[in-house]
Amino acid sequence: MEPDRKDPREALEELTTSFTKPKKTRLWKSVFRVKHDRRDTRSRALAVVSNVFLHLHPARINRDAVRYSYTWGMGGISFYLFLVLLFTGALLMFYYHPTKIQAYRDILYLEHDVPFGRLLRNMHRWAGHLMVITVWLHMLRVLLTGSYKKPREFNWMVGVGLLAFTLLLSFTGYLLPDDQLGFWAVTVGTNMARATPLVGHEGPLGPQMGMTALNDLRFALLGGSIVDSNALLRAYIWHCIGIPVMAAVLMSVHFWRVRKDGGISGPAPVKLEREVP
Amino acid sequence: MIDWRQLREIITTPDNVPIIGLILAIAFYVWYGLRQARANDRLIREVEADPGRHRKTQPYEEGWEREVQVWPYLLRIEFLAALIVTLLLLVWSLCINAPLEDPANPGQTMNPAKAPWYFVGLQELLVYFDPWFAGVALPVLILIGLMLFPYLDASPLGSGYYTLRQRRVALGAFGAGFAIWIGAILVGTFIRGPGWVWFWPGQTWDHTRAVYETTRDLPDLIGLHNGVAKALAGFVAIVLFYAGAGRLIHWLVTRSETDRRIYRATSALQYYTFQFFAITILAGVPAKIALRLLLRVKYVLVTPWFNI
Ligand code: HEM
Repeated sequence: MEPDRKDPREALEELTTSFTKPKKTRLWKSVFRVKHDRRDTRSRALAVVSNVFLHLHPARINRDAVRYSYTWGMGGISFYLFLVLLFTGALLMFYYHPTKIQAYRDILYLEHDVPFGRLLRNMHRWAGHLMVITVWLHMLRVLLTGSYKKPREFNWMVGVGLLAFTLLLSFTGYLLPDDQLGFWAVTVGTNMARATPLVGHEGPLGPQMGMTALNDLRFALLGGSIVDSNALLRAYIWHCIGIPVMAAVLMSVHFWRVRKDGGISGPAPVKLEREVP
Repeated sequence: MIDWRQLREIITTPDNVPIIGLILAIAFYVWYGLRQARANDRLIREVEADPGRHRKTQPYEEGWEREVQVWPYLLRIEFLAALIVTLLLLVWSLCINAPLEDPANPGQTMNPAKAPWYFVGLQELLVYFDPWFAGVALPVLILIGLMLFPYLDASPLGSGYYTLRQRRVALGAFGAGFAIWIGAILVGTFIRGPGWVWFWPGQTWDHTRAVYETTRDLPDLIGLHNGVAKALAGFVAIVLFYAGAGRLIHWLVTRSETDRRIYRATSALQYYTFQFFAITILAGVPAKIALRLLLRVKYVLVTPWFNI
């Protein structure tokens, strides 16, 4: 009859091999699926293709497309900063209440009492500013390399949408500390909304359309006729939910289209004038 | 006398630091891009002379594989970039604190009350235009113009490589708009002080200084003060401006043989749309700024409903 217990020696060996050779375990194999062999190009390709985070990339790309001098890496850096902003922003949300009573105190609390709170706030703010800069540089690069040309016209349009959302994200965040700086910046900004043609009560043809300070576009943005608690709440919701979600959707489209348009546009061999119709 | 303290205060305001970074970054990357454009233009000339020559804009040797593995050749660059950006951000955040002013107080106006720097250019334009134009119509026009840009550029040349020679008009048009945008930001941030008064760099921001400038409308300059006549004159002035600026732009975009070829490939719809945006944004905005600064003109067109 077989003994219904393992030989202790064998059991010990089994136990140690799962530590000395973790890649042989069922757990490891179930997570990573493919073998990662550094010398094998097929396994390297599989590493990219079978990973949900990396499958954004193809397995192989044009050898020149990886050159920094061509893309300046600004699209990728903008995306990375977006991720940094999501992360630091989510942490800030643990400490912040979008109410007139609490908001400003929460910032003080973050700066003076929360461990690394000041660093957290600084990183969120400066990453936001930096993202505006990198998005502008990305647009400049795409323009200089003519990468908006056929077949990428639509992706450029998507990019312009992303540019607008990046600026609006930064702008809605400006009000949230509820200090003089944000308050007056947003007051100046939203005062322009009341001059919107047709839907602002001081805009061209606005009064003729029946617009007043209590029903125009500015009122809709602020949830009132002045920048107050409703405006704070609305800015908060746009900043933390509305615009990030829309931007994330546009980014998915943007990256998808980069792939579908045949990868990035270059560096392509030069063309001559006489070769085009 | 230069007020160094004032100067330092403006430049080191935490929220202004990104602008300094932006200027340095733009200067570097424009140089970096144009350097490659110049090299490629040289290459284009060489290929024109010798069609058999290879056309790669990057170092190239016979027998190199066309493609490389994403892992590791791209991913390692991405990882490095993420690392450098994180470090930069960390150092920046350790050295400079995000600003926090007094609690919001509607009773106490900030002076100057400035929009965040990336919108300060639009705020600067409020000096020259009514809010419906500077704050609403112009931004919308800019976004639409940007979105249409690919559809208005009829030239298939210069896709996927830096070049100046083959794309003078496209680069010039975008560059002009970009320069106006950045210029307005610089003026709005570094020049405008309390009361949105013009202070040269180094001048002390004097909170009591006020500028009383009597402005007038363009038709006033030729002695028209009656409402209907003014409106008509303003309308005529704008039509003339569109015609004149349109001619000038047409001349600018058809100067070289390359540009003329691109022009011939451009459809009428494409061309007039381009002209509309070019005249309105690239010529109109600077023209109105010049009218205001040089002739103290407030409006060109005055109507009961809106003024321009
Ligand atoms: C949140 C903002 C944005 C993100 C995260 C982003 C991200 C990216 C990334 C990662 C790429 C791949 C190549 C590269 O890194 O250069 C790319 C390509 C591209 N982007 Fe963006 N982008 C953004 C905004 C924009 C804007 C504002 C525009 C133009 C107005 C734009 C137009 C394009 C185009 C046309 C391509 C294809 C370029 C080529 O094939 O060479 N993007 N973008």
